[in-house]
Amino acid sequence: MLKYILRRIILVIPVLILVSVIVFFIIQLPPGDYVTHFAAEMAAQGETLTQEEMDELRATLNLDRHWFVQYLFWMKDILLHFDFGHSFNYDEPVTAVIDRYMALTLIVSFITMAFTYLVAIPIGIYSAVKHYSIGDYIASTIGFLGMATPNFLLAIILMYFSYVNFGDPLLGLFSSEYENAAWSWGKVWDLAKHMVIPIIVIGTASTAGLIRIMRGQLLDEINKPNVVTARSKGLSESRILFKYPTRAALNPIVSTFGWTLSNIFTGSTITAIVLNLPIQGPVMYNALLGQDMYLAGTWLLFMAILTVLGTLISDILLAWLDPKIRTEIKGG
Amino acid sequence: MKRLPLSKKLFSKNNTDNEVGSKIPTDNTEDYYASQWSLIWKKLKKHKLARFSLAFLIIFYLGVIFADFIAPQGLQEYQSDYSNTPPMQIHFFDTEGNFHLRPFVYGIESTRHPETYRKVFVEDRDVMYPIQFFTEGKEYKLLGLIPTNIHLFGVEEPGEIFILGTDGMGRDLFSRLVIGSRVSLSIPLVGVAISLVIGLILGGISGYFGGWIDAIIQRIIELFRSFPTLPLWMALSAAIPAGIDVVMMYLYIVIIISFIEWTGLARVVRGQFMSLKNEEYVLAARIAGVSTPKIISKHLVPGIISYLVVAVTLAIPGMILAETAMSFLGLGIRSPATSWGVLLQEAQQIDNVALYPWKLIPLFFVIFSVLCFNFFGDGLRDAADPYKR
Amino acid sequence: MNVNNIKQQPEEKPLLSVKNLNIEIQMDNAVLNAVDGVSFNIEKGKTLGLVGESGCGKSLTSRSIMSLNPKECETTGEILYNSTIDKKMNNVNIVDLDPTGKKVRSIRGKKISMIFQEPMTALSPLYTIGNQIMEAILLHRTKNKKEAKKIALEMLRKVGISDEEKRFDQYPHEFSGGMRQRVVIAMALSCNPELLIADEPTTALDVTIQAQVMELMKSLQYEFGMAILLVTHDLGVIAEMCDEVAVMYLGKVVEKASVREIFYNPKHPYTKGLIKSMPKLGSEKKRLEPIEGTVPLAINMRNKCGFYDRCSERIAGVCDVKAVPDTQLSADHSVRCFLYSEYGEEEKNA
Repeated sequence: MLKYILRRIILVIPVLILVSVIVFFIIQLPPGDYVTHFAAEMAAQGETLTQEEMDELRATLNLDRHWFVQYLFWMKDILLHFDFGHSFNYDEPVTAVIDRYMALTLIVSFITMAFTYLVAIPIGIYSAVKHYSIGDYIASTIGFLGMATPNFLLAIILMYFSYVNFGDPLLGLFSSEYENAAWSWGKVWDLAKHMVIPIIVIGTASTAGLIRIMRGQLLDEINKPNVVTARSKGLSESRILFKYPTRAALNPIVSTFGWTLSNIFTGSTITAIVLNLPIQGPVMYNALLGQDMYLAGTWLLFMAILTVLGTLISDILLAWLDPKIRTEIKGG
Repeated sequence: MKRLPLSKKLFSKNNTDNEVGSKIPTDNTEDYYASQWSLIWKKLKKHKLARFSLAFLIIFYLGVIFADFIAPQGLQEYQSDYSNTPPMQIHFFDTEGNFHLRPFVYGIESTRHPETYRKVFVEDRDVMYPIQFFTEGKEYKLLGLIPTNIHLFGVEEPGEIFILGTDGMGRDLFSRLVIGSRVSLSIPLVGVAISLVIGLILGGISGYFGGWIDAIIQRIIELFRSFPTLPLWMALSAAIPAGIDVVMMYLYIVIIISFIEWTGLARVVRGQFMSLKNEEYVLAARIAGVSTPKIISKHLVPGIISYLVVAVTLAIPGMILAETAMSFLGLGIRSPATSWGVLLQEAQQIDNVALYPWKLIPLFFVIFSVLCFNFFGDGLRDAADPYKR
Repeated sequence: MNVNNIKQQPEEKPLLSVKNLNIEIQMDNAVLNAVDGVSFNIEKGKTLGLVGESGCGKSLTSRSIMSLNPKECETTGEILYNSTIDKKMNNVNIVDLDPTGKKVRSIRGKKISMIFQEPMTALSPLYTIGNQIMEAILLHRTKNKKEAKKIALEMLRKVGISDEEKRFDQYPHEFSGGMRQRVVIAMALSCNPELLIADEPTTALDVTIQAQVMELMKSLQYEFGMAILLVTHDLGVIAEMCDEVAVMYLGKVVEKASVREIFYNPKHPYTKGLIKSMPKLGSEKKRLEPIEGTVPLAINMRNKCGFYDRCSERIAGVCDVKAVPDTQLSADHSVRCFLYSEYGEEEKNA
């Protein structure tokens, strides 16, 4: 098993290198660079940069080199100094910017993920067991609507309701009085209140998808002969349900676990923009638009690494859960 | 419907066993000779939800084709006096309770709200504008060919008809919605077509030839898949140069959306090719000396086409949502072109939604079209599954 | 193969007595009479064969004995179970029991157990075979895990699995088809059932493995003394294993007799057809005779002989207009055909 994991990790490395090259390529694709952007900003404030000044700035920022050379510089700093570059917009190291938003991003993402699984799996089991019941129809309808509604628009609708009913659209993650206050129970409660909408919004699509997968898988499994065998042994229905079909249906769900991980991180981006959440998404969106290339690049790279790692985690989990794959690994 | 699979399971499970007695089909002979497609169509017709969805999709796409004709106004026509007009009511009864066979709208006039001083619109019950069909309006080219100025409906000057209200600039939302659907509903089709071509070629090569070619293509697919979809879309859209013309912008968006999608289709094709190429009938063809291109086109492609249709149908909703999301953020289709996502931009501010809730109407079109494609795709999948009745 | 012992003692109730069993399935716009008025007895320690083409309702019949059919199957009639080891289980009508209730669960696996057709899918791929065998033992015989494992290992040995300690911790995919079927048999016999229902136990196996499995079942029956209901479409298996045979066609038992009677003195045209279509060792190179036509759907077949359309001896105007009664030819031979009922005789003479 350990050998398998190690082999998989080694296989991931070339993928990550290629991914980082492509990420960098994409980041420098937009016409112009930070300097042109900066010049335009200065111009808006009434100052003009001369061509020499711009060239000089470019030279100090290494922006005048070929993009691949810039990439090599970037990579060298990352690998040797864990330095992901400098954010032009924030005038700080990229790591500092990311650091500032990381904690809340993680909190929102993990709570959303827990919400997704805790809600979807029981509903999926219920829907499959009470197949074609009213409850199943309701769950399926909500599931379909959840998948068909773009989640950022769901955010608007929920904000609208909250605004109409409570007089507060619950924008952001904190009320203004807690924004800069030290942590207290009041602040935690305020955060909890503000997290309801984001979690529902970010989690709905994946919850809906998960309900459908769980229901479909379980329906397949419930009709398998091994369930009849279990029944013929005299086991009780609930025992059968959890030991055989549910356990079997969880396998493919576990194998998508890794995808869900990165999906929830990235899926929150648009929602976070709409809801004005102080997490990674909006920061990176602005970085992309403002050609703050190292910040945007680092973020893209993080997301890609997360996706790759997610797939890796899924593969390992699946190998661990599925005896067939497990023995194959042992054998080979 | 729901009981059929069961009885099927109970009674014909061991059809392949060497049974006593013979089994020459005697009844339902028409089913035995029907083509794959007529069988699928027959099963699809039984799937109520899929049938309704298909009907609505046809209506939607007719709307796309005849958008200029259905929309009473052009994309950029605006009446600044009528900004943020709520949807107008269509009446059949006048103030005296008389029934009019021809529906009509009242004139509207704006006043200020006594407390908030906001502009509010009220019906002016003294003037009636009967709705006229096939009226003359702005010039356009029907199907892009025939110049005409006939629109499906409208009212006589100086009346106005805004059945879904107007936006902040006083543009008719209904017209913009119908014309915007041209972009919103065609991008997924073009995107899927591009993905399909790439997926079919690369997936086909990968599945048919296998070996190192397969290994390379699989690595490429893995590489593409290891990109997080949404950030990648955002990054690529940010790279679209400003101020390019509408057609180029449209193409950029389509390519960006298909950027990752093709990998899914390539996987479907590869998997199917791999299992089909070892089927006896393909082996038989190969032993008989049939050429590779002919085996692919005569035996393999027809064998996977139903899977492809299903995969393609189910790929479309994601593309609709992707385009909407990007346009909504200002990263996709940009003015002067319009799509549903662009229309929803006005709903980005919560006060806007609170005051003018009709600006969320495009959202329902997004949801509805996505649902239709999902249901239709599901129905198609069930119908195309030869093991389901 | 004890043929002479079939006659029942009038005092002693049979282990299992199926009386007028009906199973209906609601289809789109019709009711399918999947099992229609089936009756038979299974004596203690004896083997009854249930034979017929696929779709004749034999599997449904056998599964209804453990009330394992899906709830879409509307079951009526009586399946009377008389346990010889548990006096409380006397004259229990299994049809009336709640299919998920405690009582039926105390019968399943413990007193009546079942072997399925597909050893590939009958076992869950996710658990070791040891886990799956011990399940029933822990449920019905002992709560002690060590003891249960001992019993399970002994069962594995009995069904001829060597190296059982190692095999115990392996997963089904590490076993061949024949081995898996042995595991399934071990599982079914682990609680010493009174009745073993074997639903096409050898269909999915190679011919050589088939013979081994049959041999195994016979020797285990000898050892444990359980009765067997053997469901199959393979007449060879019937000849080898059974004491008594019930031939099913389209949801009905068309002929019921001792195994000797069925093979040497078949009465029903369908039984005759079955035997003719069977390859015989040492016979001339003659073509096998298939039975013409296919099995129709059992819809609106109540007032007609189901075999009418394929029967070579049919009597038009008789066989296709009324329900066929059961005719008792001798103490151990009955047939459901107008050729042998008095009515049929009259028609033939007239």
